[in-house]
Amino acid sequence: MSAILTLAWKSLMNRKGSVILTLVAVALSVALFLGVDKARTGAREGFGNTISGTDLIVGAPTGTVNLLLYSVFRMGNATAEVSWPTYQKIASRPDIAWTVPISLGDSHRGFRVLGTTNDYFVHYKYGHGQPLKLAEGAELSDLFDAVIGADVARELGYEIGTPLVLSHGLGNAGIGGGHENRPFRVVGILAPTGTPVDRTVHVSLEAITAIHVGWETGAKNPLADTIDEKMIRSFDLTPKTITAFFVGLERKGTILTTRRAINTNKGEPLMAIIPGEALAELWSVTAFAERALMAVSVFVIAVGLVSILTSILTSLNERRREMSILRAVGARPGHIFSLLVLEAGLVGFLGAVVGILLIHAILLVAGPMVEARYGVSLAGTGPGLTDLYTLLAVTLASLLIGMVPAWAAFRRSLADGLSVKV
Amino acid sequence: MNDPAIQIEGLRFAWKGHAAVLDVPAFTLARGERLFLRGPSGSGKSTLLGVIAGVLEADAGRVSVLGQNLASLSSSARDRMRADHLGVIFQMFNLVPYLSVVGNVTLPLKFSAARRKAVGGDAEEEAKRLLGRLGLTDESLLERRVSDLSVGQQQRVAAARALIGAPEIVIADEPTSALDADTRDRFITLLSEEAARTGAALLFVSHDASLARLFDRAVDLTAINRAGVTA
Repeated sequence: MSAILTLAWKSLMNRKGSVILTLVAVALSVALFLGVDKARTGAREGFGNTISGTDLIVGAPTGTVNLLLYSVFRMGNATAEVSWPTYQKIASRPDIAWTVPISLGDSHRGFRVLGTTNDYFVHYKYGHGQPLKLAEGAELSDLFDAVIGADVARELGYEIGTPLVLSHGLGNAGIGGGHENRPFRVVGILAPTGTPVDRTVHVSLEAITAIHVGWETGAKNPLADTIDEKMIRSFDLTPKTITAFFVGLERKGTILTTRRAINTNKGEPLMAIIPGEALAELWSVTAFAERALMAVSVFVIAVGLVSILTSILTSLNERRREMSILRAVGARPGHIFSLLVLEAGLVGFLGAVVGILLIHAILLVAGPMVEARYGVSLAGTGPGLTDLYTLLAVTLASLLIGMVPAWAAFRRSLADGLSVKV
Repeated sequence: MNDPAIQIEGLRFAWKGHAAVLDVPAFTLARGERLFLRGPSGSGKSTLLGVIAGVLEADAGRVSVLGQNLASLSSSARDRMRADHLGVIFQMFNLVPYLSVVGNVTLPLKFSAARRKAVGGDAEEEAKRLLGRLGLTDESLLERRVSDLSVGQQQRVAAARALIGAPEIVIADEPTSALDADTRDRFITLLSEEAARTGAALLFVSHDASLARLFDRAVDLTAINRAGVTA
């Protein structure tokens, strides 16, 4: 068999041009397939690892997925808020161990600003229950302190003590953003987490209230700038509303009853979601698109395999003499058959190997960019079993597909015998 | 060991749906004999060689190669028989384009343990030795793609391939028809000499009767084949 493998290899090398084209077709199709798969699993893992240890997320009634997206992934916006008294009422329930209020709506140079309390750094967990860790500095203490995520620090080059101003809304505007009269100071930088936390500027809830003094109508009052910092510090800065809050329960067993209690809250309507359940709902929404993408990439692989078939079939006629020579020197019809099957298998195998290398090279280069832009970490997508299975499947499929030209050559070699036709 | 190289008795062969092309009551090639088989084109030469090589099956009669009745062998046993005991040279385009000169010469060894054993040590050395005997001594020639060789050179590579591992029978089907007279005579002389050296019986087929003088014995196919010749 190894003699035939050597022959197959040399024969391919002799037709390098067309073989390389076929190989590229297979490689690209395999890279596409694996790329789709890795983006899919990367997104799932990334999303799944973003929040952990939080039993419920509570906000104003909206879509389940929407609440999850804006409260945890900083995607989209809240349509309504939760009033402070209602929050306090829920937070004081005996079945609730802790709550972390969050307030969203402002930004700093494209990064979302999250108003919260220091409890956030205690209770918010990601991955498999890992807490947030400060890489440098301290938690929030002064009104205008800010704790920034690892990406914010890295991308903007911020250090402890760097001053920053917030913009109203989510515009990327550094100019005329609206809150330039209330400068903040970086007091802490969080260690990287691979979650949207890395791309968040954390400030206190009171600070969110403070920078919106004079914005009560929704737009900046021209007199706002006349209120100086000293005056603001003397105000009651307890927030009137928050965007949402995270809830940890005393006992996990009460999760459904607690959720029902919150959902049927008398007075202000509320909605409580279980993060895992909301994620599952999100996946069921994306599953259709995922399946379509996977189907398309499987078909692309099929096209790649068909190109192997085409290239070998078209070469058969001009190789008729070669087959007769091989027969004359003692090759059995089975040898001819294996020769062609192995040629197809080799192209498929090499194409898949090149495709796998290609997608990993792409991920290596593009992974950080995707993460920066979409917050989806592709870090957990290194070479794995999927690659191995894909390699095996593609090789096997090419061997199978190689049987078509092999059978044709086999039949022909029996009929041709030694009488070589030109 | 005293069986003739090839012995044919009452051979009949017809392509499916056609009249018989071969009806050979008797034909013998002794071991070590150099036989010239003359036949015009269309006289069934190639068909006869196909039957002897075990690629085509006779409809009737007995074809024995080295004492083995081919009809009694399975098709894979016939393939093995061909690999072990037969060297074949075609009219032209004898070489596998993607193999080197030496790779082409050593090709039969890949399919025959017996011939590998006959060569013994280094197959490449043996290939070069045979090529040298046939007048291809130039090392740079061996590096060239086989398609870049002249037809005469290609035929000599094919002869070396037929001879390597000392098969008992070498069959040459019009190997010189593409060569000019000078090259042709030299080629036949070299081939005969090498066949004699390895003890191979040589069955040389051609339409050109003038070559008969270079062989031990000459047979006219039309004389031994009773089937009506169409051409």
